[in-house]
Amino acid sequence: MTHAKTLYDKHIDSHTVCALDDQGHVLLYIDRQVINEYTSPQAFSGLRDAGRDVWRPQTALAVVDHVNPTAPMRVAAMADAGGALQVSYLQQNCEKFGIELLDVLDQRQGIEHVIAPEQGFILPGMVIAAGDSHTTTYGALGAFGFGIGTSEIEHLLATQTLVYKRLKSMRVNVEGTLGLGLTSKDLIMALIAKIGASGATGYAIEFTGSTIDTLSVEARMTICNMAVEAGARGAFMAPDDKVFAYLQLKPRAPQGEQWVRAMTRWRLLYSDPDAQFDQEVQLDASELEPMVTWGTSPDQAAAIGSRVPDPQAVSDLIVRQDMRRALNYMGLQAGTPLNEVVISHAFIGSCTNARIEDLRDAAHVVRGQKVASHVRAMIVPGSTQVRDQAEAEGLAAIFTDAGFEWRQSGCSMCLAMNDDVLAPGDRCASSTNRNFEGRQGTGARTHLMSPAMVAAAAITGHLIDVRQLSGRI
Amino acid sequence: MQPFTTVSGKAAPMLAANIDTDVIMPKQFLKGIDRNGLDRGVFFDLRFLPSGAPNPEFILNQPGWLAARFLVTGPNFGCGSSREHAVWGLKQLGIRALIGSSFAGIFYDNCQRNGVLVITLEDVLVQALGRLISQPETADITVDLVTQSIRLAEGSVIDFKIDGLRKTALLQGLDAIGSTLQRSAQIREFEQRHLQANPWLR
Repeated sequence: MTHAKTLYDKHIDSHTVCALDDQGHVLLYIDRQVINEYTSPQAFSGLRDAGRDVWRPQTALAVVDHVNPTAPMRVAAMADAGGALQVSYLQQNCEKFGIELLDVLDQRQGIEHVIAPEQGFILPGMVIAAGDSHTTTYGALGAFGFGIGTSEIEHLLATQTLVYKRLKSMRVNVEGTLGLGLTSKDLIMALIAKIGASGATGYAIEFTGSTIDTLSVEARMTICNMAVEAGARGAFMAPDDKVFAYLQLKPRAPQGEQWVRAMTRWRLLYSDPDAQFDQEVQLDASELEPMVTWGTSPDQAAAIGSRVPDPQAVSDLIVRQDMRRALNYMGLQAGTPLNEVVISHAFIGSCTNARIEDLRDAAHVVRGQKVASHVRAMIVPGSTQVRDQAEAEGLAAIFTDAGFEWRQSGCSMCLAMNDDVLAPGDRCASSTNRNFEGRQGTGARTHLMSPAMVAAAAITGHLIDVRQLSGRI
Repeated sequence: MQPFTTVSGKAAPMLAANIDTDVIMPKQFLKGIDRNGLDRGVFFDLRFLPSGAPNPEFILNQPGWLAARFLVTGPNFGCGSSREHAVWGLKQLGIRALIGSSFAGIFYDNCQRNGVLVITLEDVLVQALGRLISQPETADITVDLVTQSIRLAEGSVIDFKIDGLRKTALLQGLDAIGSTLQRSAQIREFEQRHLQANPWLR
């Protein structure tokens, strides 16, 4: 009898060129990579300097997303000289090495982790590495994606492989029904709060359970995307009929007989019933409440109905110091009810939560309401295609009628590499993935939450349980 | 890649948890197409006051640690963004090794690729080391990769573990791409089989 395998084992075993030692290092074959303008330049320069070629250029897709402006009128020009240089160097590199580029004016442009699935570039069973930590997103399609640095991008471009060390495996099983007004964002935020920002460091997470089964593919992407905030170097689910239905209409999905053959292979992508995991975590979705962060690490999060926690109540000295430092940066007092925290900005965007379903959720809350007068509220769709679809569905009009800025696609204020930057002291309700110090601007304060929760905060002007806006969920 | 064998110097304590790569290298330093000038950006918001003057409270600005070669770090150091600029900047600032209880995965790999040694120790050892080096007089250490040991100012020695593959690469300053390309034939053979079995991956 053969050894029972986890889905992670299957992903890695099927892509192992050879073992490199007896410590778990393998030479791992990578099927696809996605390239952006800011983490790739030095990798291409390395190839140029060494006179090396790209091993298989058709397996890479490049897109401009991190530095481009998102002003409502789309233009080719970047906001600053550095961004312009990165974009023009990406164009030169893609031309020289024969890599397809979705430029800022391309109708398929958008945030890399939104457009790659949208284009059918990612398929179940693939192993994908890319120069962005949120490459874990692709696990929602039954693929295995993980982030790498620039040196590894160069290695991958030159060899189609990476020197890879096998991770430990963690199964997160989620059962129970998510309450009305709750989303997969609340679920992943609750998991991160539970296991900590390094709770999954050294692990690949497989998500299982009836709750995951009921989620849409896009909702699953939010979970896999943010699993990296718990330290996971990969997060995925077994692909099911929802995934196959999602993919079937995508431009680059296999067609005809190839599709049938592919489906036969994809249906084998699950953990064997007797497979052993190094760690097991259980989560009850029915107990969850909408989550918000109060600190400067994604695990510093709590249910919206609770209060800013008191560092004094924590016995661990280091944790207490970290909490104090976070509350000081955030300008919050222990004991303050979270739903009394007043915001200055609201941002719906990012590879975590700017897909069409996220915008529908937000629009549902916003319809017929007005953004609070002291709040600047922005929507940056995850891709140009999402933007077009939202306009066709009438969502854009709902947002602009309410006073939201309706912008072009890009990473934007998730990491503020472009000109969408907050000022010191600004406080933002944000559908993004990181509340780090300075992330959205030096001295700016970020509260992470679901798109619906951001919408509710934009309207009321403070953090609030979206379920309290009657008839809005 | 610069090899790592034995390095001596000051170790600076930086024991807060979850110091992320946004803090290590803020966004305004990510706009280049080369690796130059990133030493200026390291811990920028902590190292410099709004006026641009060095923040005297920040550890690496204090007289004892101006030439620090090592950081003794809190859990989950280097979490967040994949930006290798964080490691390039630390290296340019003179940091050759990091010693802590846990490191984020991408950051760990980025260090390895740049000849920055990452040493993982039990949390109690990291705490003890952190206390010892919290005074400049006792902050001198020697990290010896050959013997896998850290020699402390007061004479004691802490041993550490490292994968053989990583150790060899660091000791020899190996060109990782060159090493892998020696296996080109094996990669091509795998690729052919893989694409035949999964033709939609072509």
